[in-house]
Amino acid sequence: MATETGRDDFIISIRSAFLNKGTRQKFSLFTLLLASIFVLSLEYFKTGPVDQIRSITKDIIFRGSNIFSSPFVFIKDKYYLLQDHIKMYEDYDNLKKKKLKLESLENENQFFKEENYRLKKLINEKSLLSENYVITKVLLDQKSPYLKSVIINKGFKHGIKNGSSVVDNSYYVGKIVDVNHLSSRVLLATDLNSKIPVIIEPGGINAILSGNGNDFNAELEYLPIINEVKDGDIVYTSGIDGKISAAIPVGKIFINKDKKLVKFFTNFSQINFVKVNKQK
Amino acid sequence: MKKADTKFYINFIRTLPILILYLLVLTGFDLSFFLYDNNFSFNFVYLIIFFFVLKNPNALGYGLIFLAGIINDVVQNFPIGVSSINYLLLCAIAAFIRSRMILPNIFYDWILFFISILIVNSVNYLILTMIFEFPIKYGILMSSAILTCLIYPLFSKVFNEKILLILRSEND
Repeated sequence: MATETGRDDFIISIRSAFLNKGTRQKFSLFTLLLASIFVLSLEYFKTGPVDQIRSITKDIIFRGSNIFSSPFVFIKDKYYLLQDHIKMYEDYDNLKKKKLKLESLENENQFFKEENYRLKKLINEKSLLSENYVITKVLLDQKSPYLKSVIINKGFKHGIKNGSSVVDNSYYVGKIVDVNHLSSRVLLATDLNSKIPVIIEPGGINAILSGNGNDFNAELEYLPIINEVKDGDIVYTSGIDGKISAAIPVGKIFINKDKKLVKFFTNFSQINFVKVNKQK
Repeated sequence: MKKADTKFYINFIRTLPILILYLLVLTGFDLSFFLYDNNFSFNFVYLIIFFFVLKNPNALGYGLIFLAGIINDVVQNFPIGVSSINYLLLCAIAAFIRSRMILPNIFYDWILFFISILIVNSVNYLILTMIFEFPIKYGILMSSAILTCLIYPLFSKVFNEKILLILRSEND
């Protein structure tokens, strides 16, 4: 008898939790759960009007999110500015010690570029370098453990396509994974799901650069067992997937406890503007 | 205080949980940090929803929670609707606990919150991996759940003060 009463109480509690509306509630939990399942089932439609509505909704939410995030972004920018000011003398000192001969290096670089172009023309090789970039502003910087991405203010209306490479100061940042009307999502190279084909120079060793969630370095996968990768070697995108442009500098090799890691050239915490490669 | 000021103050206090909830989902704020090759984060949205549905269900409307879930999915790039299901499931569990609890106690709340987010995270993981084949690590979900649970007493203390403010403003 007592067990039956207990079971009845239990059922009444569950029913009241799902079906009862509070004094200020307009919908019951059950109705909203059904609505959520319905919205979730719409994910099945990847094209057509449903996709159009989804794209517009995302654009609106991203703009709203940008407005709400702006005070935090302002504080973050000021913090990094202050840090830069504090480190200015140290940086100046380091640069002086390096004795950079920028002008001569620039001339040398120009010479090699032209020579490379001439030689490629001789053997009828297509240039893998792409200069067709569009400048975009970062609307939202979303870095959670599940996803490291940024939202940019250009979408397919501006010619952005899925898979395009994104650079910051000519260094690789990530690739486009989701395109809406007026905004797109860039999956950063630091994300756990980011896998990009790279080439390590000198030596021309191919590998896959895999993000590990760390903002400063990433891991190399599918390296040949016997390889001559050294500390300080430069990693570029290889472009063999046919989507990401080739020869974009990604980072520098550093060896930590016999593990070969790549230290990114880009500072992922301070990305405000990026360039997106417009694919033809 | 003038009458208009008092009214504004009361409305502000009443809508504060909604404002915090929307600020969290729109900015994706989670205080994530990287330690020993692992990413850790807090899920403040779970804390807010569970606490207010348990202690003051009138402070947060279910419709608004549903909408917050949709926004969260867009910002976090999850399939749209997943977070709504999670949040509403958490509401259902909190409402169930509320109807069964006779003597509220912070320790029981803490344990039940942990069990609730374990259930919600499991449902979340199942939907994401089995239906959408979404690449998500179970370890990250679990570490987030444990960290969120650890700070529950602290938040409970702060929000309890807020509930007292709401009650005081309603009785003024």
